[in-house]
Amino acid sequence: MSIDMAQFHQVFFEESFEGLDIMESGLLDMDPGAVDSEQINAIFRAAHSIKGGAGTFGFADISGFTHTMETLLDEMRDGRREITTDAVDVLLKSVDVLRDMLTAAQDGGEVDQANVDTQSAELKRVLDSRPGQEAPAAVSDGESETVSEATSAPVIGWHVVFRPHAHLMRTGNDPLRLLKEFRDLGDTSVSCDIGGIPEFHEYEPEDACLSWDIHLHEAVDKYQVQEIFDWVEDDCDLAIMEIHDESAPAEATPAASEAPSPAPAPAAESKPDLKLADPPPERRAGVDRRKPSKPAANTSAGSIRVDVPKIDSLINMVGELVITQSMLSMLGEDFDMQDVPKLLEGLAQLERHTRELQESVMQVRMMPISFTFSRFPRLVRDLSSKLNKKIELKMIGESTEVDKTVIEKIGDPLVHLVRNSLDHGIELPEVRAAAGKPETGTVVLNAYHKGGNIVIEIKDDGKGLDGDFLFNKAVSKGLLKEDDVLTQQQKYELIFMAGFSTAEQISDVSGRGVGMDVVRKNINELGGSIEIESELGVGTSIVIRLPLTLAILDGQVVRVGDETYIVPLVSIIESIQVRPEMINLVGGKGEAFKLRDEYLPIVRMHEVFDVSAEHVEELTEGLLVIVEAEGRKCGLFVDDLLGQHQVVIKSLEENYGNVEGVSGATILGDGSVALILDITGVIRLSGARQDDFRLPRSA
Amino acid sequence: MASILAVDDSASMRQMVSFTLKGAGYDVIEAADGVEALNIARDKSVNLVITDVNMPNMDGISLIRELRNLPSYKFTPLLMLTTESSAEKKQQGKAAGATGWIVKPFNPDQLLGTVKKVLG
Repeated sequence: MSIDMAQFHQVFFEESFEGLDIMESGLLDMDPGAVDSEQINAIFRAAHSIKGGAGTFGFADISGFTHTMETLLDEMRDGRREITTDAVDVLLKSVDVLRDMLTAAQDGGEVDQANVDTQSAELKRVLDSRPGQEAPAAVSDGESETVSEATSAPVIGWHVVFRPHAHLMRTGNDPLRLLKEFRDLGDTSVSCDIGGIPEFHEYEPEDACLSWDIHLHEAVDKYQVQEIFDWVEDDCDLAIMEIHDESAPAEATPAASEAPSPAPAPAAESKPDLKLADPPPERRAGVDRRKPSKPAANTSAGSIRVDVPKIDSLINMVGELVITQSMLSMLGEDFDMQDVPKLLEGLAQLERHTRELQESVMQVRMMPISFTFSRFPRLVRDLSSKLNKKIELKMIGESTEVDKTVIEKIGDPLVHLVRNSLDHGIELPEVRAAAGKPETGTVVLNAYHKGGNIVIEIKDDGKGLDGDFLFNKAVSKGLLKEDDVLTQQQKYELIFMAGFSTAEQISDVSGRGVGMDVVRKNINELGGSIEIESELGVGTSIVIRLPLTLAILDGQVVRVGDETYIVPLVSIIESIQVRPEMINLVGGKGEAFKLRDEYLPIVRMHEVFDVSAEHVEELTEGLLVIVEAEGRKCGLFVDDLLGQHQVVIKSLEENYGNVEGVSGATILGDGSVALILDITGVIRLSGARQDDFRLPRSA
Repeated sequence: MASILAVDDSASMRQMVSFTLKGAGYDVIEAADGVEALNIARDKSVNLVITDVNMPNMDGISLIRELRNLPSYKFTPLLMLTTESSAEKKQQGKAAGATGWIVKPFNPDQLLGTVKKVLG
């Protein structure tokens, strides 16, 4: 029976990566000296599973590498080896190498063999540092040679005396099965010795009391005979003797019965041989491994692991839906006007179930943010030692659930922000002490749900942002003019400008300031926003708001002429009707209006999208939707607001093509299609640049 | 057809075992650890148990010990999946009442061969 092992690879990779995360976080939490046995057990189990799976699914290199880690962990687990910081560090690095190896195997890429070899050597060094006597075992496991028994004598068969101990059957073994196995090896004659049967009153029906004399008339290797008794060698008296050509039982080769210790040894050794002698399956799997490399897109699509309760609730929901449907169709078969209340009730039920179903389906895509957070303890540990800073990381709300896509895309921006906090935010211990702060700085990662959004805060108690310093920096870089007037908040937001580096010296930790603008761009792409709060000398807090899901969006439906558009609710600050005195024409640069203390550009939607149908032309007759994107605000001029809806996002790129100013489309209740606005794109399209409106503040 | 309880905390191994055995016509029930397996086994008697050794909550050896103490599992073949090259784990398993073991890594054919042998 041939089974394509490649079908299990995806699951294997997924759980291996999960295992690596467990190992990593476990190792990070490990306190040399005081060992939590469950913790090290969990780490060991993860390594053990990866090793077993890798061996089974044909990744011999991964299996071999993990074996060394496992050996080391096993010794730690058994208390045979002290847990030292050195060993933990080496294990952590090995986790990284293992992750590379697994990634390479998954994508069919190349692994950095030199790196693997170096790390193997490191592991061996730690392993050998205190004689754990495991090293030779590791060698023999990998490369035991073909141990062929020196049976040069003309053996034509085997004579076996098999005397089970009374309890043999209570191990689940069955003498009959063993005898059958002889038959599979060749012609066998068996005689049964019933001398062991006791008197009836002493007879225990569950005891094994028969014994057998077995003659196998086939010149098989001895290990094949031994293998039959592999499981029971301690539960019976066994003698395996050669039958020579003279068909006379020559001098019995004493085996298991007299010398139990040497017998298991060759048996155990011969097992790896079996596997070595049987390489085709492994090789087959090796080929399979390369196969998935071509459809790389396929692997990246990935699968998702869903808790059973979530699936159950889905099925429940579908059940309810089916009941409602059958109720409605029964109602429809013989409809009478007096059934209208029933119909309405049914429709209300349908609506409720549909909404619940929608929520449950969304739940399937939800994963705890800990998938993203889990990498930070390591990052903070590594970086703080590199930077010579004392930093404690606190994580709150790790179980907050977020859409899988958000999890995948928020990782890099978060890493960047945390690195910034460590590098630029938290001061050196001496500086902190001098400022009267505790030497150990604190970085808090906090995730929570707030009104349909997920909020992620990165908060440090470092030196905070210096607005004036940032301002001067921007001026000296030519990004601003000296006489520009900015609020404190605007000054903080300068760090999001492209080409702005705050570090006095560029370090290899947070790079050269190209990041923050990219961070903001990535977060905006996810439909989220980012804000900074800071106080000089006290700390900085960065707040990221993200939609819970990328598949559904809360939108404001607006009308422009005969077109309807959806404005994402997250971008909307407010909607107002302008009075004539608010409107201001900025010399040749377009229309603006004054909202409280700010001048904001007006973007006429009918101009942006060339709506030719009859539409409102007079600003005072329509409405202005004040939106914000990438720190810019503007007023979108529309005819009317039609209401707020949850809309399902359909990709335009997949179904049509990329359209500037539009992030997607949706289908409204009446079946018509409405475009979802990409506010950043709309502002860009309109050519309205906030810079043009910043100056007339003094006006 | 004979029913087999496959116990492993690793989903890929469990799937592989289960897929292979189902392909050969066996009835397979899966469990992710010893506790789950023990509950299933109490509920429904199976003809063979194949269990991993290292698992959270209850490991394979404790599972075997518990199962062997159940009257209906007195003679049931209980196999452990083991990667340990040392004889120690096997001995612990035997002492707990294991029938035998399958050494990891194994391929589906080896697994089926062993299962066929045990179930006759």
